[in-house]
Amino acid sequence: MTAGTVTPYQPGQQTGRDGFAQLLRAEWVKFRTVRGWVIGLVVAVLVMLGLGLFGAVGSNSSCQSTSGGPARSGQGCSTANPPVGPGGEAVSDSFYLVRQPLAGNGSITVRVTSLTGLIPSRNGAGTGTQPGLVPWAKAGIIIKASTQPGSAYAAMMVTADHGVRMQDNFTGDTAGQPGTVTESDPRWLRLTRSGDTITGYDSADALHWAQVGTVHLTGLPLTVQAGLFAASPAYIAVTQGLGGGQNGIIAPSQDTAVFDHVSRSGTWPAGTWTGDYIGADYGSGIGGYHQAGGRFTVTGSGDIAPVVPGQAGGEDLTVTTFLVGTFAGLIAVIVVAAMFITVEYRRGLIRTTLIVSPRRGRVLAAKAIVIGSVAFVAGLVAAAAAVIFGTQLARGRVYVFPVSWLTELRIVVGTAALVAVAAVLALAVGTMLRRSAAAVTIVIVVIVLPYLLGVVSVLPASAADWVLRITPAAAFAVQQAIPQYSQVTALYSPGGSGGGYFPLAPWAGFAVLCGWAAIAVALALVLLRRRDV
Amino acid sequence: MRLPVPANTVPTDTVSANTRAAPRRHPFGLAEALHAEWTKTRTIASTGWLLLAAIALTVAVGAAAAAGTSCPSGVVCQVDPAKVSLTGIDLGQAVVAMVAVLAISNEYSTGMIRITLSAMPRRTVVLAAKAAVLSGLVLAAGTIAVLGSVLAGRLILSGHGFTPAHGYELLSLDSPTVLRAAAGSVLYLALVALLSLGVATAVRDSAVAIGIVLGLLYLFPIVANVVGNAHWHRHLEQIGPMTAGLAIQATTDLTSLPISPWAGLGVLAAWAAAALLAGGLVLRLRDA
Repeated sequence: MTAGTVTPYQPGQQTGRDGFAQLLRAEWVKFRTVRGWVIGLVVAVLVMLGLGLFGAVGSNSSCQSTSGGPARSGQGCSTANPPVGPGGEAVSDSFYLVRQPLAGNGSITVRVTSLTGLIPSRNGAGTGTQPGLVPWAKAGIIIKASTQPGSAYAAMMVTADHGVRMQDNFTGDTAGQPGTVTESDPRWLRLTRSGDTITGYDSADALHWAQVGTVHLTGLPLTVQAGLFAASPAYIAVTQGLGGGQNGIIAPSQDTAVFDHVSRSGTWPAGTWTGDYIGADYGSGIGGYHQAGGRFTVTGSGDIAPVVPGQAGGEDLTVTTFLVGTFAGLIAVIVVAAMFITVEYRRGLIRTTLIVSPRRGRVLAAKAIVIGSVAFVAGLVAAAAAVIFGTQLARGRVYVFPVSWLTELRIVVGTAALVAVAAVLALAVGTMLRRSAAAVTIVIVVIVLPYLLGVVSVLPASAADWVLRITPAAAFAVQQAIPQYSQVTALYSPGGSGGGYFPLAPWAGFAVLCGWAAIAVALALVLLRRRDV
Repeated sequence: MRLPVPANTVPTDTVSANTRAAPRRHPFGLAEALHAEWTKTRTIASTGWLLLAAIALTVAVGAAAAAGTSCPSGVVCQVDPAKVSLTGIDLGQAVVAMVAVLAISNEYSTGMIRITLSAMPRRTVVLAAKAAVLSGLVLAAGTIAVLGSVLAGRLILSGHGFTPAHGYELLSLDSPTVLRAAAGSVLYLALVALLSLGVATAVRDSAVAIGIVLGLLYLFPIVANVVGNAHWHRHLEQIGPMTAGLAIQATTDLTSLPISPWAGLGVLAAWAAAALLAGGLVLRLRDA
């Protein structure tokens, strides 16, 4: 670049033509009049949509390939889709319930003296059982709106490894007293209903009671079902495989709890207790109860909790699958965004640009706003179309996990924002390097390669976790559809068709990308101001 | 995008005319073309730096992957030491692709291509010479990168308990499968370079070319990862240049590979050949 053509930087210059609006308009005109760039963005939208729909069609399920044993509480291809909980999420609601109707307000108190169970033998599924409990085997008392799977509930329970818990409406989970329950160290549990409000208490001796939690179950009918329950989620053995992530052995388990000192207040019928397996269409159906004097022995299998991808070997999708084209779209957008500045350097147009608008920071800002907005719109159109059409295409072929409209909106807008920030990052790196090939390579490598390494390839889980926390690829967390629940045992991994779990929360992951983009823009600004053009 | 033709360069139609008029009696053969390409490549400082960067990044990522790999005692880990050590190829190939793309698109962006084609009107020979010089350079750099990765992997993994005492073989080029993984990875890099050269010759612009190449390489594994249908998943991995080509790195659990090691490298070779063919055809048919 020859120094003779450079206009010195004049900080104080203010002319009528130097308004920021004109600058924006100038950059917009530059963008829309280069046919290759407009085509590039159209290509970005098309590949994003096309690959997303391919993801929807390509997951056309092949049911016979799922591993043996009832997958995820019996949720395979042949059975019905899981029920939906009050919060709109897919849930498992299969357990053994010994119940009586409770009309109006009232309470139920029990003592739990033992929790034992059976898990598949170590030799693998189908080779018998051995004594043992899965970590979230649970038994206790429950107040439930109806026996309909997915209906609202609140429960106090003892668990195998997680102490006393109060859980409600599938996603709520509050810890009570820690420790396991034994004959010598029993647990007392109490649930009190007052209108829509249910309060849970626990105690070690029936003298000193501690309140565990209070929940409001909106729309609870006057007469509810209340009683004793037992549930034991499927046994999942995790094999730490480094090649393709983790492999699980999934088989049903069961647990048996012993209750006594059952006492009630409120309006209960005088009649006998009824024992049923709730949600038999979805669960293993193992369960039963035995009453001798005031002592109840309840056996159950199944779970009362959200259903998440990664629990079963089935072909379940989330809307994230339809956004797999984001990577292809990103590559096209990155190419265009980098060229948006590097072509000015190659053609020498940058000198004209900076003569017309000597305040270089504003030039960079205008370019960033134009390319960021254009990329955002392209990303929004493509992501929205991919989610809408992908869901329609997949319907009937394969199960798509339901998510709330807010989550869907976050995923679509987050994807668009991800594409926009990636474009700004590419623009900044392009400004720094002034060479399109280097800028494009670097930006693709820092965004796409960490995702590939962390999600698809040979990296062990700890390294993958680290890669998806600090690199710009952390931003793909905005596409996570189903949250990770601490009360649900599953193979929570970033990769695989049942995966999509990221170590960072959605917007926190996005903030990591924004941080990188901010650093790049700051460096670009410094270099743009210091260097001759 | 068309390049404006400066007044002081040879008009493009003259170049084409030369090609047509004197296809046989040109003064240069393949040897001269090779020499010319070697001089051009050698005298561009960025080529050397980029190849050094490719070596350094490959070894660094491989060493980091090896350092991040550990196996809790009492658990049988399915670790493929060769594959882990050679993880760096995933990144190194991007730099190699950049070198290859710049080898041709730099000539277009500076207008040098018109001088090149005036001097050597047989365009196929020019492309072949470029491919040969590039392959030689990438093979040399790739050999250093792979040897460095294997050495780093051997030292780091044995420090993490992957020793013969625990049932893992030490990473050594004496083993035929490890040798295949190592030599195959070098060839993989060279084939990626040829694929990139072909694409860049066809599209000319460096940014677009590198975007296409990295898209071809990285998108197949990502898309295959979400496609649940086992049949489609396998087919995607069989046709993807990266997924098929990197099958050469496997030394354990070969039966679970989507494609056998050498066949996988063959798939990548087919991609490279197709790209070079497309690039060569476009180069012959198009004005420079």
